[in-house]
Amino acid sequence: MEYLYLMILTCLLVLAIAYFVNNKRSIKPSLSFAGVNRSQNGSFTLKLSKTSGENGQTETETTAATTETVEQEGGDQTVTDAEKPLDKNVRLLSPTRMVVRRFLRSKLSIVGLVMLISLFVFCWLGPVVYNRWGEIETERGVFPDYTKEIVYDENHEVEYIQLIVKYKEINSLAAPSAEHLLGTDEQGMDVFTRLMYGGRLSLTISFLAVFLISFLGIVLGGLAGYYGGWVDNLIMRICDVLMCLPTLPLMLIIGTVLDSNGVPQDWYIYLLMGILSIFSWPGMARLVRGQILYLREQEYMVAAEAMGYSTGRKIFKHLVPNIMPQIIVSMTLSLGSMILYESTLSYLGLGVRIPYASWGTMVSIISERTDILQNNFNVWGPPGICIIIAVLGFNFIGDGLIDALDPKQRR
Amino acid sequence: MFKYILKRLGISILILLGVSIILYVLLRCMPSDFVEQKILALATNGVTVTDEFVEKMKASYGLDGTILQGYFKWLFNVFRLDFGESFISHREVLSDIFRADRIGTSFFVAAVATVFEFLIAIPLGITAATHQYSFRDYAVTVLVLIGISLPSFFFGKVLQDVFAYKLRLFSIAGMTDANLSFNNPWDEFKDYIGHMALPIFTVTLLSIGGRMRMTRTNMLEVLNADYIRTARAKGLSESKVIYKHAFRNTLIPIVTGLAGLIPSLFSGAMITEQVFKLTGIGSYALNAMTQGDIPVIMTYNMFLATLSVLGVLMSDLMYGLVDPRVKLA
Repeated sequence: MEYLYLMILTCLLVLAIAYFVNNKRSIKPSLSFAGVNRSQNGSFTLKLSKTSGENGQTETETTAATTETVEQEGGDQTVTDAEKPLDKNVRLLSPTRMVVRRFLRSKLSIVGLVMLISLFVFCWLGPVVYNRWGEIETERGVFPDYTKEIVYDENHEVEYIQLIVKYKEINSLAAPSAEHLLGTDEQGMDVFTRLMYGGRLSLTISFLAVFLISFLGIVLGGLAGYYGGWVDNLIMRICDVLMCLPTLPLMLIIGTVLDSNGVPQDWYIYLLMGILSIFSWPGMARLVRGQILYLREQEYMVAAEAMGYSTGRKIFKHLVPNIMPQIIVSMTLSLGSMILYESTLSYLGLGVRIPYASWGTMVSIISERTDILQNNFNVWGPPGICIIIAVLGFNFIGDGLIDALDPKQRR
Repeated sequence: MFKYILKRLGISILILLGVSIILYVLLRCMPSDFVEQKILALATNGVTVTDEFVEKMKASYGLDGTILQGYFKWLFNVFRLDFGESFISHREVLSDIFRADRIGTSFFVAAVATVFEFLIAIPLGITAATHQYSFRDYAVTVLVLIGISLPSFFFGKVLQDVFAYKLRLFSIAGMTDANLSFNNPWDEFKDYIGHMALPIFTVTLLSIGGRMRMTRTNMLEVLNADYIRTARAKGLSESKVIYKHAFRNTLIPIVTGLAGLIPSLFSGAMITEQVFKLTGIGSYALNAMTQGDIPVIMTYNMFLATLSVLGVLMSDLMYGLVDPRVKLA
């Protein structure tokens, strides 16, 4: 039954998001006359006014690529437009503010942002507020355990349902109640609390892994793109080799190697994800290299050369900031996939291990226990839904960022 | 052209050598390898294990000597097309993998899923692109993004719970029902489909997203091209503009993407196969990896690496064939 509710809820949510996104975001033509725009007070104007001739003003429309760098100051200077010099009439927006503006205008990315912020608040502030149970705290005591059994009388004619009451020491698989908001798992640990601690771990790890990947990718891709020649060849061949290594099997092998070398539990998953990043930087490096190959032929790089800047300055001050948009988008999207990798590894028993919590570990119980799969949705459902929310949030944001960071965007 | 292919093949062989070195060294780094597990099992059963016996045992599995020696021995055998025999089943690895119920199962699941993926994703991508920024576009985008974000193990288990345990529409897991005997091939086929439906659905849903977004992006790019404006200006009907002029040009990346699918067709979906307990190549490799069965792991991974190298090469060649603007050199 819970699935029916869940499905209806999901469908409604999808429709609501699509409706919300669609409704609030009316499409304005990318180029419009000044008169139209001025009448809609405060709306985003897409053009430059230019004074010329005796007849007051002639409107010149800028090309699509530069429209958004310019914004008109207010709605009340219709008369003064002609007298004012050009630079007083327009206000320049910094690229960052432009991006933030465009990003916030896309409702899909707002939805993603809200999803992620609420997850972060839940995971980091949650345990502070709701500290009744600890992450690995098992509730002990005496708990009744009811089992039903069908018994027959001697002649096999009458059926009885016998209720057997046993007592157990651990409060395992308790139903959701005021005491345990989402019940307990088979070890008697509070699912709701573990959800918060597991989220801390999953989110932290994915961020660390993505930063490591980006660092390696930017440095190596930058070197390859900038120097070219044998450096480029060497780094790109290493990329080819690493890209041909199947990721999941590789992680399984490395997980076993780490296991047998007695890596302490606290560091195990960090080390594993660190190694995963060492094997997954080629995608980022290729992206950076391709962009740098294109950018280093631009005039401004010739100017930088003429100024006698050092190589490091040229790469990291002049080239890398120009590819930041693509890097940020790719980082956001890989945050989601890192969460998926971490949870998959934990599900296969290679990541975080019980009693410690991560979302993947919490779901992993159902791979062996079909009774829990069928009867205790409250044990494995919430962590799975949390994984989906987190990954979806990152994907929504990444999707919004692609639009927001694209300089060719007209809207 | 011929020279180009030769050069690429040469590079591919170098790449594969690199891959095999990394894999072999990693595998030999597993201290608790298959032999030690076996010896441990013997020791716990009360058999006294001498050092001599251990050495003999290692030699019989080809694990004596240094890592370097082992690697060259493996490489030499590979050139003679001898991939060794599985530590677990003691059968030839190649014949063990290329069996109808191993790679056949994986291929069946992947192939059907791919067909559905294309059939669903491409029309979705086209409608999303032609109705850009409309309600339809957002609904499709949100749906496929949800599809991308699903963890396969969780989604597979949910499907199993709903459709197999609760609704009893499909079989729970495994390849066939053990307690059923079939009178005619039609019943057998129905049973087979009943077992395969859920894995196929899982794989399809997870892969639609990427394909749909790719189609949408390409379609949008094409729709902004000058020749589309010309086609509209000529007064062609909208359906002709979209399906004859725009869609055909969108096909270029779709067709070249086909070659990139080669690895995924044969590699088997490891997690999905594990969830639904299929005996495909993915779950076979997963099992081998947890037990340290070196010949199987090496063969499986090298098979995958070869396929992905070939896939990249093929898709580059396809570009040259399909798109006259691209010249290979």
